[in-house]
Amino acid sequence: MSTTALLEVSGLQMRFGGLLAVDGVEFAVARNEIFAIIGPNGAGKTTVFNCVGGFYRPTAGSVVLDGHAITGLPSHRVAHHGIVRTFQNIRLFKQLTVVENLLVAQHRQVKTNLLHGLLATPSYRRAEREALERAAQWLDRMGLSDVANREAGTLSYGHQRRLEIARCMITGPRLLMLDEPAAGLNPQEKIELQQLIDRLRHEFGIAVLLIEHDMSLVMGVSDRILVMEHGRPIVTGKPEEVRNDPRVIKAYLGED
Amino acid sequence: MTTHTIPMSQTLKNAVTAAVITAILTIPILGLQLTLQGYTIVLESHWRPVWIAVGAVFLFQLAQPLWRRKAVGIKLPALPEMSSRQQRLGLWVLLAIGLVWPFFGSRGAVDVATLALIYVVLGLGLNITVGFAGLLDLGYVAFYAIGAYTYALLNQHLGLGFWQCLPIAAAFAATAGFVLGFPVLRLRGDYLAIVTLGFGEITRRLANNLTDWTGGPDGISGIPKPTVFGIEMARSASVEGAKTFHELIGLEYSGEHMVIYLYLLALLLVGFTLFVTGRLQRTPMGRAWEALREDEIACRSLGLNPTRIKLSAFTLGAMFAGLAGAFFAARQSLVNPESFTFLESALILSIVVLGGMGSRLGVALAAILLTLLPEFAREFAEYRMLVFGLVMVLMMIWRPQGLLPARRVHVELPR
Repeated sequence: MSTTALLEVSGLQMRFGGLLAVDGVEFAVARNEIFAIIGPNGAGKTTVFNCVGGFYRPTAGSVVLDGHAITGLPSHRVAHHGIVRTFQNIRLFKQLTVVENLLVAQHRQVKTNLLHGLLATPSYRRAEREALERAAQWLDRMGLSDVANREAGTLSYGHQRRLEIARCMITGPRLLMLDEPAAGLNPQEKIELQQLIDRLRHEFGIAVLLIEHDMSLVMGVSDRILVMEHGRPIVTGKPEEVRNDPRVIKAYLGED
Repeated sequence: MTTHTIPMSQTLKNAVTAAVITAILTIPILGLQLTLQGYTIVLESHWRPVWIAVGAVFLFQLAQPLWRRKAVGIKLPALPEMSSRQQRLGLWVLLAIGLVWPFFGSRGAVDVATLALIYVVLGLGLNITVGFAGLLDLGYVAFYAIGAYTYALLNQHLGLGFWQCLPIAAAFAATAGFVLGFPVLRLRGDYLAIVTLGFGEITRRLANNLTDWTGGPDGISGIPKPTVFGIEMARSASVEGAKTFHELIGLEYSGEHMVIYLYLLALLLVGFTLFVTGRLQRTPMGRAWEALREDEIACRSLGLNPTRIKLSAFTLGAMFAGLAGAFFAARQSLVNPESFTFLESALILSIVVLGGMGSRLGVALAAILLTLLPEFAREFAEYRMLVFGLVMVLMMIWRPQGLLPARRVHVELPR
């Protein structure tokens, strides 16, 4: 297990003043695995995301990606290592068009020098054209081609969610972190989302770290699940194990 | 929208309160005046202006409900919304007009127009920082000063000419932007504004107090005007045996030639700035600025380094101020710290805000408007800042997004 683990989180602790938001969280995500973190509201799931993604600097513990310690790196550096994420309350560039959102995300791949851009040299034009083609491919894959030239803020909720995932995928990640991707989607869209996550995993060989409240989605798509409560991990296991664990039932439904 | 009527007693109370406040405020200013009678200073009282002020405020407040109810129906005329293509066309038209008219305009008018064009460059430069990248810079004038002093000092000490100094001035200002940006760009919003404000003030004070270098408050004078491909434009050559511009061309010497030449150079500078800023906006860097302005956290999550992106905007913006500064020094033949006060920064920022942040045509128009208006209304020179403030307030109410709000050229996916 540990030899093939892509992401290893150990002893993770995040303290905000007197509040211990996350404590003693440990888990490992294998390559190509879909790993979910669930738990009641306020359990510290998003805080774990923020620590892994470099948005918070954890007060203790370590985050290791493929043998490289990335604990406490700034978020853009973490992204360079191949961890990208979506947000609970979608963060698109609302006034840019759908295509432009995908172009911005390719900032790292499109290596152009400012002078080339100013003079619009052939190599610059080619790089731009290729970036546009990659964007078109992803829009096609996500079924967003029809809205390619619309401003991102005008899209429907479901489309915005998909665009945010496309924007992550176009950076060529190794680990995709999805923070409540099904929130606000209708049942049909949830089914499509589940298929999408599964397809991305198989086609692009990525691992997925998922936070989700929708149990049918979590149980249907995840390989393993970590259950958290009050900032601490309570159970890690396969969906069927977690489903029947008395501690999990207690955490969700309370005593008795 | 509240349409309910305010009770009369309430209105009366408001009016009385306002009148009393007016009285308190006006008595020390208008009512009591110190005058010299013989050898003694006497406190004289003038009650009439106080009564007039109090009465006017009282009546105005009393009538306010009527006036306010009517005002609901009054709409200020709408300005045209222009698409990005129309705005580009507008820029070309503006450039074409700018190219032709100096040959018909008077010498004074062309001279003032040159100054207006310098402000267009400054506005467009600051537009990169404030409009594109959304970083509030209140000390932009510092880079302008650095450009001007670079040319002045290099000329005085090393004898370098305008054309050699122009790129150096731009490079120096850009470097200053880069060096300032490093520690400062971790800050956001208000904090950034305050630090840049401080930087602007420090630069001016340095220019004022490093007397050995900068000549202190007197500044540096005798800065030569630009040459035409190395040929001087003067009545007689400063070097023995060299020919001057009018001798070569075979024209009668006229001081007007220099004025028009400077104007055309300024126009060239504007054209260059417009071209570069327009292209910049569409490069990946320009898109990154836009994205950063909208959502920094999302940018970081995608691996965009916010510090580098902000730094590039800051540096490039400063570079154009450097260009404008060197040109300004050449036009004035004189630089001193007086030209680089905070008011200048405020004026340039107003140009950007008034024109519409991020909009190149808007900024160009606003620069022309704000530099030419005071020239046309010389009689009102004393009230300049008052009118200026009024215009800004009206703009905020009427059209907070600026005269010509930016319409970006979107990248389109061909279908």
